Amino acid sequence: MHIMEGFLPPMWCLLWFILSIPVVVYGIIKIKKVTEEIPESKALLAVSGAFMFVLSSLKLPSVTGSCSHPTGNGFGAVIFGPAVTSVLAIIVLLFQAVLLAHGGLTTLGANVFSMGIVGPFVAWAVYKGIVKSKISSSIAIFFAAFFGDLMTYVTTSFQLALAFPDPTFEGSLIKFLGIFAITQIPLAIAEGLLTVVIWNALKDAKPKILEKLNLLSSKEVGASK
Amino acid sequence: MDTKTTNIVLIILVVIIAILPLLMYGGLGEDEGYFGGSDGAAGDAIEESGYEPWFSSFWEPPSGEIESLLFALQAAIGALIIGYFFGLWRGQKNKEN
Repeated sequence: MHIMEGFLPPMWCLLWFILSIPVVVYGIIKIKKVTEEIPESKALLAVSGAFMFVLSSLKLPSVTGSCSHPTGNGFGAVIFGPAVTSVLAIIVLLFQAVLLAHGGLTTLGANVFSMGIVGPFVAWAVYKGIVKSKISSSIAIFFAAFFGDLMTYVTTSFQLALAFPDPTFEGSLIKFLGIFAITQIPLAIAEGLLTVVIWNALKDAKPKILEKLNLLSSKEVGASK
Repeated sequence: MDTKTTNIVLIILVVIIAILPLLMYGGLGEDEGYFGGSDGAAGDAIEESGYEPWFSSFWEPPSGEIESLLFALQAAIGALIIGYFFGLWRGQKNKEN
């Protein structure tokens, strides 16, 4: 999902920055608010960022014969919502752009938009939708992380197809979806499973804070006591 | 199943997902066009259309070794933070009981 440095025409770089910046700013405000209201959530915020650090560094082989990496964005998105996750994503993406020449500064806006905004938004919406129907939060977070990961790469494919509609937008989209989305399916499953692992561990270690953040399904609330 | 068993099973599944492609394309490598990164593949596809990147990174890891150093560092930082807090929470929970 990393669009490489210089690989988007300047106009598109600008557009994705304009769309991403307000969300990141709102995310920073939200971080201030949530950590003031629930001081314990600071540790959880650090863990969410750290989870993204670990998962996005794992380049895994896929059944298509190429390699890609998970995003780690579903976990933070479910706990704190998409705006806060966009702030975490920008930290990870800056680290990779500056130190690893992975992604780039000119394409930062576009990459934040896919990994920090669209993916997390989808993950958050999927989680809320499933958990409402009284299904276990562990199952809900699997699907949240799966779709958060996959939609991040689908977004990248759209971004590239929009910038390079060669010969047509549709043809270009199919080409980039072939490169990104298909490769990503097994990795998104792996990301879903790993997110369930950390979620289960968290549910064991800190059930109260998850209740406080209103994250568990109505069946699970109180069951931890 | 308790949490621990469930988590071990899930991790084993992840390992299988990672190993499967290695078995499917056993013996093939970068020289045959396998196991390259999808980000790079997208970059190549764009360059094929005649586009020239208008900006390049200020700094790039000078070799694959340095790159793997920095990726390992990234994973280590993340793992350290996760391990620290889960250890802390576990200690707190034990104390409460």
